[in-house]
Amino acid sequence: MLTEEEKKEIDEHLDEYPTKRAACIEALKVVQRKRRWISDESLNDIAAYLEMTPDELDGVATFYNLVFRKPVGRHVILICDSISCWILGYPGLYEHLRTKLGISFGETTKDDRFTLLPIPCLGTCDRAPALMIDDDLHRDLNPDKIDELLNSYQ
Amino acid sequence: MEKPLTKNIEAFETPVSLKNYEKNGGYQAVKKAIKMKPQEIQRLVNDSTLKGRGGAGFPTGLKWSFVPMGEEFPNKYLVCNADEMEPGTFKDRFLLEGDPHLLIEGMILSAYAIQADKAYIFLRWAYKLAAEIINKAIQEAYTAGYLGKNILNSNYSLDLTLHTSVGRYMCGEETGLLNALEGKRATPRSKPPYPQTSGLFGLPTIVNNVETLCCIPGIVNNGVDWFKSLGLSEGGTKLFGVSGRVKKPGLWELPIGTSLREIIEGYAGGMQDGYKFKGALPGGASTDFLIEEHLDSKMDYSSLQQFGSRLGTGTVIILDDKTCPVGLLHNLEHFFAQESCGWCTPCREGLPWTEKLLKAIDNGEGRMEDLDLLEMHCKRLGPGYTFCALAPGAVEPLQSALKYFHNDFEEHINKKICPWR
Repeated sequence: MLTEEEKKEIDEHLDEYPTKRAACIEALKVVQRKRRWISDESLNDIAAYLEMTPDELDGVATFYNLVFRKPVGRHVILICDSISCWILGYPGLYEHLRTKLGISFGETTKDDRFTLLPIPCLGTCDRAPALMIDDDLHRDLNPDKIDELLNSYQ
Repeated sequence: MEKPLTKNIEAFETPVSLKNYEKNGGYQAVKKAIKMKPQEIQRLVNDSTLKGRGGAGFPTGLKWSFVPMGEEFPNKYLVCNADEMEPGTFKDRFLLEGDPHLLIEGMILSAYAIQADKAYIFLRWAYKLAAEIINKAIQEAYTAGYLGKNILNSNYSLDLTLHTSVGRYMCGEETGLLNALEGKRATPRSKPPYPQTSGLFGLPTIVNNVETLCCIPGIVNNGVDWFKSLGLSEGGTKLFGVSGRVKKPGLWELPIGTSLREIIEGYAGGMQDGYKFKGALPGGASTDFLIEEHLDSKMDYSSLQQFGSRLGTGTVIILDDKTCPVGLLHNLEHFFAQESCGWCTPCREGLPWTEKLLKAIDNGEGRMEDLDLLEMHCKRLGPGYTFCALAPGAVEPLQSALKYFHNDFEEHINKKICPWR
């Protein structure tokens, strides 16, 4: 069931588009913000609320890489694996994170703290390498800086 | 040197506030424009020779000219493409985070020119700070009467909404973006009909890039001759950026036609100590490599074509001598293969194949005939074989790398190892 609060937040976006369906991406974002990911149950509820079939909505949800259809940890690390970051040290950063957290791409730490994912170019190439943790952008990174950074995400 | 795109960012604290924006002449162009006929604005932009700054370089005025005008078409859309996801590109972020009202004013003027009643900014998910700044600026513009009903007591009304995406490079493709805005998968649409006549929700629609729209206030305020005089070879200024192993990576607003050498050696401070220049992608991941002999070429829309490349987004990615070109291509084609939307077969099947071949060569497991296969892909994924420009863009760096760095590919195959490892 969608909560009243979720419905209210989704409703705020309905006026922005001429069709209900067009608000589905906003709706997925609203629910993901509250529940971290989109379960089958959430998907069915959102689809019903926007008068779509679950399949129609799942076709959308699975197309976009930032709609999570599997559970994620409390914090999501999105590490830029594109060209300028690759030249300036992305492979080393990834190895460092992999060793430190004991997880590869698509996995979540056992304590549910971090999920690690790659992301295309974050558009901050003059300050590569870069990554995002949740909504925060971090740049000019090296392994030492990353260690310090992770401490602030419990 | 005049810098119409970044003068406020240089003069004031960022993001530039509405007050400071107005102090520096902001929104004067809207006041001027609403007393003009929409077609007059269209003519100005057409005569200015402004070309789309998103990467394709299509003339903006020509794009607008296909929009049906008149009372029979009361509902139209203007969409700002702020889905900056071209690898190596970081120019629109600078404008979005720095001077949001410049973009909003550019959008009001452009929407007025085509008589759109609704506008969207399609922003990529990752630009969180920009989203906050743009939302605040939109509210300020409504409060000040620049947006909403009867703008500045004219008969013209416009609503503007910020939409933030949930990822995928395909959202930057014009018709993929329109599908995404409609709450669908961002697959490209068949053309014709073109968006100008049947775009968002089936209505006439113009999609313009952030930097393109930011050029419009200057053109309306100062005119065609002024805009043309800004560039060295073509009209206007351009945001140029450099990333890679240079001393001072960054972004600068410069006259169009500034040489690649001046940008790399002058503004970016040249190569870092211990690194040599080997090549450059002049305008993002989907442009052809330039090498040493091209350094003096002008960075504009026509000059780079004679070397088989193009200006693209104007953000230069440097390949240095200590970075393996095969590994770099493997990284690029991994991106394109991953971002292919799967809608048409050559792209969906061809790009992963390309990636696999490059991976094998990069790992010392390649065969000489793999180079022929790569050449074949460069041809068969080129213009005319696919639904949209993703695959043709993907093979631009590949075809030029095979031309300029052929020895490096052969060395990987002959030695059965990457010489850079």
